[in-house]
Amino acid sequence: MNTADYLALLTALAPEVIVVLTALLVLAVDLLGLQDTPRSYRMSIAAGLTTLGCAGAVGWMFMNPTVGNWHGGMFVIDPLNETVKAVILLLTVLTAMLSVDCKFTRHVGEYFALLLLATVGMMFLASTEDLLMIFTSLELVSLSLYVLVAFNKQSRASAEGAMKYFLFGGMSAAFLLYGFSLLYGLAGTTNVPRLAQKLFALGPDPLATVALVMVVIGFGFKLAAVPFHLWAPDAYQGAPLPSAALIASGSKVASVFVFAKVLLFGFSQHGWGDGDAAMGGWIPLLSIVAALSMVLGNLAAIRQTSVRRLLAYSAVAHAGYMLVGFLALGSEAFGSLLFYVTTYALTTIGAFGVLGVVESQVGGDQFKDFAGLSRRAPVLAWGLMIFLLSLAGIPPLAGFFGKFYLFAAALTNDTQNLPFLWLIVLGIAMSCVSLYYYLQVLKQAFVVAADEDARPLAVPFLAHAVVVLLAAAVVILGCFPGWLLDTLHQAIGELGR
Amino acid sequence: MNGLPLISILTFLPLVGAALVFGVGRERRQLARGLTLAVNILALALVATLWANTNPADGAMQFVERHTWIPTLGIEYHVGLDGLGLVMLMLAALVIPMAVLASEKIEENVPLYCGLFLFLQGGLFGAFTALNFFHWFLFWELSLIPAFFLIKLWGGPQRSDAALQFFVYTMVGSIALLLAFVGLFLATGTFDFTKLAELARTKALGPAVEAKFAWLGWGAGKAYLVLFIGALLGFAVKVPLWPFHTWLPLTYSEAPTPVSMALTGVMSKLGVYGFVRLLLPIFPEPMQALLTPLLWLAVATIVLSTFAALAQRDLKRILAYSSINHLGYCLLGVFAAASATGTALDRTAALNGVVLQMFNHGITASLLFCFVAFLEDRSNGARGLDDFGGLRKVAPVFCGLMGIALFSSLGLPGLNGFIGEFLIFKGVFPLVPWAAVLALPGLLVTAIFILTVIQKVWCGPLNEKWVGFTDLTYNEGAVVFPATLLMFVLGVWPQFVIAIINPTVAHWVRQMPF
Amino acid sequence: MLAWTIYLSFAGALACLLTPRENPRATRAVAFGTALAGLMCALIGAVQFKPENGLEVITNVRWIPALGIDFSLAADGISVTLVLLTGIAAVAGVLFSWNVEHRTNEFFAFFFALIGGVYGVFLSLDLFLLFVFYEIAIVPKYFLIAIWGSTRRDYAAMKLALYSFIGSGMVLIGMLAAYAVSGLASFDLQALAQHSFAPEFQRWAFPLVFVGFAILAGMWPFHTWAPTGHSAAPTAASMLLAGVVMKLGAYGCLRVAMTLFPEGLKMWQHELAALAVTGIVYGALVALVQKDFKFVIGYSSVSHMGFVLLGLVTLNEIGWSGAVLQMFSHGIIAGLLFGVVGRMVYDRAHTRELDKLEGMGLLKAMPFAAVTFVVAGFASMGMPGFSGFIAELQVLIGAWQAFPKLAILAGVGIVVGVVYTLKTTAKVFFPDQPEAAEPHDPHAHELEPISVQERLGAALLILCTVIVGLHPRLLLDFIVPSFKSPLFDGLRKVAGL
Repeated sequence: MNTADYLALLTALAPEVIVVLTALLVLAVDLLGLQDTPRSYRMSIAAGLTTLGCAGAVGWMFMNPTVGNWHGGMFVIDPLNETVKAVILLLTVLTAMLSVDCKFTRHVGEYFALLLLATVGMMFLASTEDLLMIFTSLELVSLSLYVLVAFNKQSRASAEGAMKYFLFGGMSAAFLLYGFSLLYGLAGTTNVPRLAQKLFALGPDPLATVALVMVVIGFGFKLAAVPFHLWAPDAYQGAPLPSAALIASGSKVASVFVFAKVLLFGFSQHGWGDGDAAMGGWIPLLSIVAALSMVLGNLAAIRQTSVRRLLAYSAVAHAGYMLVGFLALGSEAFGSLLFYVTTYALTTIGAFGVLGVVESQVGGDQFKDFAGLSRRAPVLAWGLMIFLLSLAGIPPLAGFFGKFYLFAAALTNDTQNLPFLWLIVLGIAMSCVSLYYYLQVLKQAFVVAADEDARPLAVPFLAHAVVVLLAAAVVILGCFPGWLLDTLHQAIGELGR
Repeated sequence: MNGLPLISILTFLPLVGAALVFGVGRERRQLARGLTLAVNILALALVATLWANTNPADGAMQFVERHTWIPTLGIEYHVGLDGLGLVMLMLAALVIPMAVLASEKIEENVPLYCGLFLFLQGGLFGAFTALNFFHWFLFWELSLIPAFFLIKLWGGPQRSDAALQFFVYTMVGSIALLLAFVGLFLATGTFDFTKLAELARTKALGPAVEAKFAWLGWGAGKAYLVLFIGALLGFAVKVPLWPFHTWLPLTYSEAPTPVSMALTGVMSKLGVYGFVRLLLPIFPEPMQALLTPLLWLAVATIVLSTFAALAQRDLKRILAYSSINHLGYCLLGVFAAASATGTALDRTAALNGVVLQMFNHGITASLLFCFVAFLEDRSNGARGLDDFGGLRKVAPVFCGLMGIALFSSLGLPGLNGFIGEFLIFKGVFPLVPWAAVLALPGLLVTAIFILTVIQKVWCGPLNEKWVGFTDLTYNEGAVVFPATLLMFVLGVWPQFVIAIINPTVAHWVRQMPF
Repeated sequence: MLAWTIYLSFAGALACLLTPRENPRATRAVAFGTALAGLMCALIGAVQFKPENGLEVITNVRWIPALGIDFSLAADGISVTLVLLTGIAAVAGVLFSWNVEHRTNEFFAFFFALIGGVYGVFLSLDLFLLFVFYEIAIVPKYFLIAIWGSTRRDYAAMKLALYSFIGSGMVLIGMLAAYAVSGLASFDLQALAQHSFAPEFQRWAFPLVFVGFAILAGMWPFHTWAPTGHSAAPTAASMLLAGVVMKLGAYGCLRVAMTLFPEGLKMWQHELAALAVTGIVYGALVALVQKDFKFVIGYSSVSHMGFVLLGLVTLNEIGWSGAVLQMFSHGIIAGLLFGVVGRMVYDRAHTRELDKLEGMGLLKAMPFAAVTFVVAGFASMGMPGFSGFIAELQVLIGAWQAFPKLAILAGVGIVVGVVYTLKTTAKVFFPDQPEAAEPHDPHAHELEPISVQERLGAALLILCTVIVGLHPRLLLDFIVPSFKSPLFDGLRKVAGL
């Protein structure tokens, strides 16, 4: 290919390039210039640079909206991708802000560089429609995340969590690759839309089913769906706070997006289904996975006393709810799914933000460490209330609307038979269960009195800012979801399918 | 007189008075009592005015007031007065002051006590003049509340049980009554007594009820019968009719005696009033259909109560059972008037007797309880038959006046107790002779226990305990003397009451569909 | 004007939260002002309302076009009645809570959040909006009981929250299903009411939604949250819970379940009536044997709500009108009862056991409380002259038409009601034995006198029940014409009216 093409490609890749450059810059600045300065200073600079870089990438995307498709779907830009990438970048910025006051490492530059590299991986993940690229980006994300989880060298839990994450991840990556290779073998192409056409032409084939199962295993791991979720509690618990936050938010958004694309465009004939679900019965399979995730995630969360593990199991449960969005084929459902995962990500980061302050100031993440939070750090406590209630699905918060829209979209797909009603009933029932354990945490924060000698917490300004912003976002998205929904729907509409 | 809503004024006067009296301080007993009596006298004057201005020959409702209240439920504020109502109002206006005057020995929280009596009087006035079920029921229930408190707060050792029993029994009956009238409303769309009576008279009520409840599939006439039984229950408890009388002896004996005066004097008459005003005009056919069992029950009431009275040793309990007995005659008369065979004259006689008996017994029985109160005052609460003896020697006036009252209760001609019973039997004999015959032993046994009372309490050797027994004081005399005079007057010249009652009764008999 | 009740309440909640914790007087002033303002708006709205117009739309703003959701508020006679009830209950609640010292600002913040949600439910014309307000009311209830409650408050609060959430979960399922099946792409109640759903659909949708709402209304056998909840709650919360929140459930039954699925009602009429009557009788019988003052009232609430439910399922206008009037009447009466039991007696005597209270000579110590309780007791019994009688009379008339045998059972329930009310009144205020020479509690006669605020609150409530009892047309003129509006067309057709 000639230089003109190459330049054009680079220009299209500008956001990713900007982020990569930022990563290198942060690494360089920190390693070369700041070794002797206090850690908090270094953290702030690194976070600042990260923010600038991500903002720059987002700004570029806004100012140069392009549409394009390079190398047969290996790199695609369309409004939807750009929206998802913008969300991922935002999440990264928030994670960076949360990292500023953390004290788990002295390798600041490395940490932020890895963070940004993971982000790059996610961005690529969002912009591709080719199986190989998917795998490669996924690996970039995963490898970065493995290291990020292990980053706290003083903590055994960190290493253990990372180990589990790595082992599971490696295994599921193998399954994914194997599945992809089978698909290539069957269809002769790695481009996802063309894959769909070829598979349909082929008709029902046991090999395709095997491939499908393997793909589901691979992606299910990333989503923390049952029974591929076993890494989640330990990883969430052991990882340093920002890493856990990123896994819970950005990684989720990217993987949901790409999983949806593969399933909806790759495994159904016309992309949106129109009712003919596809080859190979992935719908029943996914329904079972969804049901199991919802049930297990919620039931396991009841017994937890550690807020981190609770959030991990809650992530499993929410993966279950999100899978419902996959089942109902159609642009409506796709839009609802993206809305859901975005608001979920924002809420989770907020929760982690509060968690971070409590951990560093009070010393742990057990329920009892939250006692009397409403007195000791009222802003954080009310923020926590908003985040947890949103996760439980209480209106008028974003989580409620997300679930509502998701379930409504699932039902309106086929109004004669209402095929997923049982799943929705299960989902709502499990939401009721979830209210129980979220209220347990809130009970500690609001009802239980703090110890006699408990003093107000010294909350860093940045933590306050992040929590307030995110809480406001959750409330606003819950009350006025229109603008985000419209953006998503418009972008989906322009996909031209 | 001309356009003044006299009945409403009469009804609300005691209620307003009650509010005023409640506000009097606890220690100002005389003020409370005085205020109460003033209100009572005012009420009496109003009733007298009504009496004087009633057109005697007209049997229909007079002083009618009518206002819409809840149109969607066919509820109006509809009040009116006929002979029966007038007589009942007079009774209430007379008995309540007597009871208040007999309450000299009540010391605790007198304003509350007097206020409750006024409240009771208001409720009674309202119930006797109401012509729409809704506010009739309102006043019926409202009169229960002061009675409950009067028994509960000032009564004897078992007062809690008595008050509770009284209230609950009456409530059960009330609910049955309510359900029955709700059924009537559903069938006819009205709660108005006069309209319902009109429908019954034209024999249209039965078919309307049947049509409404035909879907229940109970068979012809059954729905009407069921509604009748429901309503019957309500009043049967109040009068009471055997076997619904079991609440009465305990209540009457545990209530403070002035309250027993009111209970027996007026409140039990509410029940008979219900039979006459509501049941007979609105349910004539079912009453006729159930005539035999009802007559048996009336006879049982009359006879069994007298035997029970004979077995009692407590004066109040004797009087309680005696009350049941006397009201049994009323019920006998009412049921007989519904019999299929008989002339209008006989029915008129029976019903005249019923109303007269209500009035006379009210006066007499209250007076008797009043005397028992006086006895209790002197004997520190002892009121057993065997506690006394030979009191005639130490308290001759007391003995004489009480004797008169007792003889009146017995039915001695010349006193007011006779004429009512006489008229009832005069009417019942031709209508249902067997019932009249079976009821006769009641008269006999009544005589026995009353004479026993006279003998045990007044005659015989003087019980040493009572050497210091005082005779009637002037205050007490002020209460009983006029009443005794009234008894004589009514006994010798019943005409002045009958003149009021008869046109109304004749009007009813003409309205009867048989 | 009526919509201002909602906005003012939420604004008031925020204002109360922002008043300083150490200054309860300021908070009380704000709280009283908010409650009074709400009542004023309700009264003005009621005066301006013209019953002949049927349903009057207040606002209608496009909210989430993707789902056909509008921010749509409207009022008919029923709404106006219940809004009035809420206003009165709010004022009385604030008056009875004047002695709350602990975390006063949060108390009133939660209080008004709850009130705002309640106002919202009564005025919503959009099903989604109604549901949002309905759920908003759940969380404040939890905290009100958990933080300021008494016996077993943790358990009671969680039970209440979970039962409510499960109930609303059931409603959510029905709502989503109705939305999907109707194909109208709208949540407007009028549109949904006019759509005729297939009978087979209504067969399961109706009981689901009705029972979902009826759980909150205390329908037997799902009523078990009510006695525990009411007893554990602080006085104002009990007043609101029994007085207003239970009516939310009944209102939902009427406004949503019955209007949308009238044929469904016809199918399940007799079963539901049987449950309602069971509630009436069971509630009364159990109240008879209680040893705790508040539990007596709690079970009596279950019994009275049974009348509401019975009236609703009679399928005739008198029964419905009786049900709505009973909602108002019981709301006031429950407020009175809990005000006496909770505020006047318990806050002073610190015990609720009937046996202990018997020896305290309460009649001498607080005659005002005795009189108020006597009045409240007679009103609760259904004595004519108070609002309860007219309401129960209408329900009985309606029930007599539809299920005569059940009507008789309901009558039995009334009698039992008389018995337990009298017994409890007698036991607590008019005990038999003259006060012991040494009362059980030597300080019994030093109980603080009844404050002005309590007297005001009690007077307000007594006045309401007496006025409505003697002149029910004040409310019936609102209630009865509302059944003629188009919203009730389907119901009237099924009822044969």
